[in-house]
Amino acid sequence: MQKRTFSRKYLGIPYALFLVCFVAAPLIVLFYYAFTNGEGAFTFRNLTGFFTDPNTLGTLFYSFGIALVTTVFCLLLAYPTAYILAYSRLKAKSVILMIFIMPMWINFSLRITALKEILTWLEGNLAYHPFLNTVLGMSYDFLPFMILPIYTTISRLDGALLEAARDLGAGERGAFLRVTLPLSLPGIMSGVAMVFLPAMTNYVVLDMLYNSTYIMGSLIGSYFAAYDWHGGSMIALILLGIICLFTLLTDGAQEENTRGGTLL
Amino acid sequence: MEQTTNIIELRHITKTYEDGYSAVLDFNLEVKQGEFVTFLGPSGCGKTTTLRMIAGFDLPTEGEILLNGRPITSLPPNKRPINTVFQRYALFPHMNIYENIAFGLRQKKTPEKEITKKVKKVLELVDLEGFENRRVDTLSGGQQQRVAIARAVVNEPQILLLDEPLGALDLKMRKEMQLELKEMHRELGITFIYVTHDQEEALTMSDKIVVMSEGKMQQIGTPEDIYNEPINAFVADFIGDSNIFNGIMTGKLKARFCGGEFICVDDIEEGTHITAVVRPEDVNLTAPEEGRIRGTVTSVIFKGMHYEITVESGKNEIVAQSVHSAREGDRVGIQVEPDNIHLMLAEDHTNIFAVEINKNYELEYNGTVLPVSLPDIIEGSSVSEDGTLLDKKGLEIEPDKVRIKISIKPQDIELTDDQEEGLVQGYISNLIYKGDHYSYVIHTDLEQDFVVNDEYLWNMEDQVGLIMPVEKMIFTVKK
Repeated sequence: MQKRTFSRKYLGIPYALFLVCFVAAPLIVLFYYAFTNGEGAFTFRNLTGFFTDPNTLGTLFYSFGIALVTTVFCLLLAYPTAYILAYSRLKAKSVILMIFIMPMWINFSLRITALKEILTWLEGNLAYHPFLNTVLGMSYDFLPFMILPIYTTISRLDGALLEAARDLGAGERGAFLRVTLPLSLPGIMSGVAMVFLPAMTNYVVLDMLYNSTYIMGSLIGSYFAAYDWHGGSMIALILLGIICLFTLLTDGAQEENTRGGTLL
Repeated sequence: MEQTTNIIELRHITKTYEDGYSAVLDFNLEVKQGEFVTFLGPSGCGKTTTLRMIAGFDLPTEGEILLNGRPITSLPPNKRPINTVFQRYALFPHMNIYENIAFGLRQKKTPEKEITKKVKKVLELVDLEGFENRRVDTLSGGQQQRVAIARAVVNEPQILLLDEPLGALDLKMRKEMQLELKEMHRELGITFIYVTHDQEEALTMSDKIVVMSEGKMQQIGTPEDIYNEPINAFVADFIGDSNIFNGIMTGKLKARFCGGEFICVDDIEEGTHITAVVRPEDVNLTAPEEGRIRGTVTSVIFKGMHYEITVESGKNEIVAQSVHSAREGDRVGIQVEPDNIHLMLAEDHTNIFAVEINKNYELEYNGTVLPVSLPDIIEGSSVSEDGTLLDKKGLEIEPDKVRIKISIKPQDIELTDDQEEGLVQGYISNLIYKGDHYSYVIHTDLEQDFVVNDEYLWNMEDQVGLIMPVEKMIFTVKK
């Protein structure tokens, strides 16, 4: 009789089940709805409908714009902060870092509600600046995700490399541009990915700030709310495609960077 | 190329950190154009700090650095015609070999055509033709080392600084690179300032060696000078193998050390404390009755060209080199030619003695375990999970292959009535009044002589214990 032995492979079973139930199956369902009409027949109408409807296309560009501006804004705030933090000789370094991280521990809707009060007080009516408000809300929410990876890469940078650059004739600026900045690109890239992707899909911020405009997330929600599962699935699928593409691009850039291609 | 001008001069350089610790103290040095100068010393002696001040990474708290007679003390590193080869190479990982080497030239806005030409030439110099497009992480340690040298040399610096550049290479590679560096120095005619803790490397390569300890220059001279005429016990011990004994002058050209009276050539006043240094190759083993002192052979190691024979006489250990073998347990006599005994005044006398590593990897002396941890003493070592000691490369260190010596100054030892309190016990065999304190020689039960300064008067033949605080001890490690 063959003895049953415990193999390490069995440890993968729970996750495999999870994967099938919550990733593979929903994806299949998503594909099914995206390419069928109300009668269950195969159709491309949902796809062509998305790209011919000026409303949905407009929402896509608007979402993209918000995500882009949020990402750039976060990067501009985060890089100098991370840089100064990484090179400061402060003993309280970890405390300061903590101050930036701590908002992440406070309930998200509470934070946005607080922001809403402040913005209302400043602007009078939130409806006047929907774009600005959304960018501010998302930046507030996602900033730590940009600071952390950049801070980590900069603080792990070998100080001897900077000394070598100075030794070879580079001034402080030159050493920063040719050594520190290119070597912190992996951190920038993961920061960008961690801010851009959620900014593209998150609509809670927008909703809570009583924004009248639509972004991708809210658009999908509205389709499902109107029981148009087919159209909603198609938009979700298109968004998925865009995110996949973006992830591949940032990964490619990171790869390029570690392989020694200079971006400067 | 013999020139009399000093390319670089260090005047009264001192580097004190905020916590009051001085890494370098009143350091003076003149280096001539084209010289190969080596800073040699144990870790923490200030050699790297001195190099960093020449490079411009650290600023001296006091003193002046002159380059071709002009002060450059506070000039930033990018403004100095000096380049550095870093200990861990510090090659830019995001650039290929060509870009790494071209970095300095690009800062000077050199035309691309000239850069290509120069990079090609310097790659030839370091034997890496055709490596332009390789990535840094595809190169071996030795190749990275060469790129680091090429990257510095391509800028045609007036001085090339090398900070333990061969430290990370294996022995065979290191020997090869030593010769290549020496050859390169001859070819380029650039002044080299080299930092190492490896005395053999220093002796092989340098025109001039600066031996450093505790931030101070101990001796400067040619390799021959330093080897043959060490100025103090530290230098003698650090350069090559030495037998070092504490002793006293007992008559004209007569010195007593190591339990015997020897005739010597240094004329020092009777009653003066001295340190005697005898190189192992100068120790002659004879029949017991012909020797000045007698002892028993405790170990014989074949070293290829000679045997290294350790003789125990009382508790003194004498290491001899001989082309003739001996057997463990043999009784032998020891004789040293007068001009092979190097005597030094023991004014600033340092006591040096060997300690053992016991089975638990602790330091033991006279049956007492010293409260220090070995990884703190042996640079780069660590203790593995099963309690054995590992070196930098993760290889096990065998306790009997490592010799650890302790140096301690006479003023740092305290005498006590309560003999048990002392690390070692003995009787006072000599005392001299030095104006504000007494200087004692204590002959210990282990047959060693210690020099101790004490402000209180003890009598000859008094039995005392010697208290030696661990924090005053300096440890040197030899493998």
